[in-house]
Amino acid sequence: MAELTAVVGIGQTKYQAKRLDVSMPGMIREAAERALADANCTWKDIDAVIIGKAPDLFEGVMMPELFLNDAIGGAYKPMLRVHTAGSVGGSTGIVAASMVQSGVHDRVLCVAYEKQSESNATWALSIALPFSLATVAGAGGYFAPLVRGYIRRSGAPEDTGIRVAVKDRQNALRNPLAHLHLEDISFDLVANSPMLWDPIRYLETCPSSDGACAMVMEKASLASKRSGKVAWIHATEMRSEPTMFSGRDQVMPRATLDNAAALYKKAGITNPRREIDCAEIYVPFSWFEPMWMEGMLISERNEGWKMTYEGATAIDGDFPVNMSGGVLSSNPIGASGLIRFAEAARQVRGLAEKHQVDGAKKALGHAYGGGSQYFSTWIVSSEKP
Amino acid sequence: MRDVAVVGFTQSPSMRSEPDRNEVEILIPVIDALRKQTGLTSADMDFICSGSSDYLAGSSFAFVSGLDAVGAWPPVCESHVEMDGAWALYEAWVKIQMGYADTALVYGFGKPSMGDLPITMALQLDPYSVMPLWPDTLSIAGLQARHCLEKGILTFEQMAAAAARDRGHAKGNPNAQVKGDFTVEGILAEPFLANPLRKSDCAPISDGASAIVLAAGDRARELSKRPAWIRGIEHICEPMDLGVRDLGRSRSTEMAAAKAGVGKGKIDVAELSAPFTHQEILVERALGLGPDTKVNPSGGALAGNPLMAVGLSRIGECATRIWSGEADRAVAHATSGPCLQQNLVCVLEGE
Repeated sequence: MAELTAVVGIGQTKYQAKRLDVSMPGMIREAAERALADANCTWKDIDAVIIGKAPDLFEGVMMPELFLNDAIGGAYKPMLRVHTAGSVGGSTGIVAASMVQSGVHDRVLCVAYEKQSESNATWALSIALPFSLATVAGAGGYFAPLVRGYIRRSGAPEDTGIRVAVKDRQNALRNPLAHLHLEDISFDLVANSPMLWDPIRYLETCPSSDGACAMVMEKASLASKRSGKVAWIHATEMRSEPTMFSGRDQVMPRATLDNAAALYKKAGITNPRREIDCAEIYVPFSWFEPMWMEGMLISERNEGWKMTYEGATAIDGDFPVNMSGGVLSSNPIGASGLIRFAEAARQVRGLAEKHQVDGAKKALGHAYGGGSQYFSTWIVSSEKP
Repeated sequence: MRDVAVVGFTQSPSMRSEPDRNEVEILIPVIDALRKQTGLTSADMDFICSGSSDYLAGSSFAFVSGLDAVGAWPPVCESHVEMDGAWALYEAWVKIQMGYADTALVYGFGKPSMGDLPITMALQLDPYSVMPLWPDTLSIAGLQARHCLEKGILTFEQMAAAAARDRGHAKGNPNAQVKGDFTVEGILAEPFLANPLRKSDCAPISDGASAIVLAAGDRARELSKRPAWIRGIEHICEPMDLGVRDLGRSRSTEMAAAKAGVGKGKIDVAELSAPFTHQEILVERALGLGPDTKVNPSGGALAGNPLMAVGLSRIGECATRIWSGEADRAVAHATSGPCLQQNLVCVLEGE
């Protein structure tokens, strides 16, 4: 019943620690203008605008979409603001797609961003409310025990995380938009970087970035007429579960497993490792690559680390992951999920330049958030389903 | 387009300050009551969408704990907007249109009493050029009211009449917060709170939550004897800058009303969530409502204003009047942003 929909334009800013040269409206407009140029569209061609970002406290503006809308051509148009914790970028892409898939709109623009330099995310994540359980740990402190749980269960070698970090940081050197370009990256450099939240070292974590990512999506009857390459959306899926309850498996949450199974079913995928050519996975801490290889049913349980170890997830491996350098190399939080979705689309359009996977036809975009409890994913392809 | 109807609606009483319950504890009985009303559990919901604001809760990811009220286990297909629940309902309606879902749970919740709301809302304004002046909600609404009065767009008497009407209607609404026999003379005798606004021109500050169940086609007919069918729903956002838009009318409401088809037939009931009397008058005019429409039979936002739920509740209040046969066609309105910046219009009909 859903209208077939395609990504026809992608725009990103250069990710960096501080974009002091632009305001928030200026920054998101930069990404939106690039997406429109890529789609060969003007502001007038856009029916609706979808804005996504992580918590408002990150920049200190309440519901900032209201003041930003005008900067991305949203005046006198429908506008929605999505917020689903760390998965928000992915969810923003999914909501935007659904606006076209439902037949409500012909062509929409979605933009997700974070301007972390305007506030302090770890502060915003660590506010202790009265009568509420507070971890006051920031994200790294929250996720480190889950990583330790994974290592204990899987028996993964302790340097698995280091290998992921080296690989993603090497990939980032191919992507001019990546925030971190560590020319001297090596196993020893990561291994000798300070331990922040055992077992997560400094160079195994994501940076704090400013940046925005935008996409234009349109219905098949329009996208089919284009001469340029488009990315067809084969399936989208999302799942959520509560943060805490007795018996909840936080290391391998049921929500990720259910989400993966439902996504592949919709996309007609029976063997994801073989049928998907590459993936952009939300890996803010290195160990989440092997964890989500299992959580996305790409690897057998407790064997995700082997994919890293054997080089399968390298850009020339049989299942390349985070060719762009991933969240480890650029993390404008609210945008990070949409960047994963956009980079998956770039791959199947064959427009990923130096980090292109040869012949990529089907790609997975993935985001997660909250306490490993929100998941949003999509499958895009160079071919119609 | 698929036929989609409102088949369930529950809300908490609007209260100036919930003394003992946090946001989730306000929400839990609302969701529980909706389960009893519809006979559906969370597992029966193909899609769930909510609306709330981190700035009301005073912490990041405040909506995450809303999942505890839903009982999201096994894991659910769920999304969230940092907007009034009326926009969450719009997203759910879109998911049903695309065939992703046949049933959806929508909820909105907020507890503004934890902070100083008029000042908190100043953080919604342009952070570079406007917010540093800390203009509070009343001051900004006051500027708009002054503009309307001086341009002859409306009068003090009309504003007072809107307040008196709504609070009078609210006497029949057990969930309303401000109600009673107000008179135009009595209101005009009130001192100014933020000149030219008097206390009675302003919606109260309210804690509260509401929830709705949507269902498509035959599923809706199974769940309701007389479903409230959504015949049109649209929302439009204007630029925020007060200097670039006409504050004497609500152009976005006019546009949304036209697209939602408000004018295609007689409107029996309208529920408006405008938080100030002069804004209510502007919205009434933008919707083209005439004397044969009963406006705000529940009292509207001026009688109870639980932010992030108040717009969703307007849709629910319309739906209950369709279910009962009191109305055949109704229009609900939700708003967000300073001076009616963003507006949603939803037309509901019985069969």
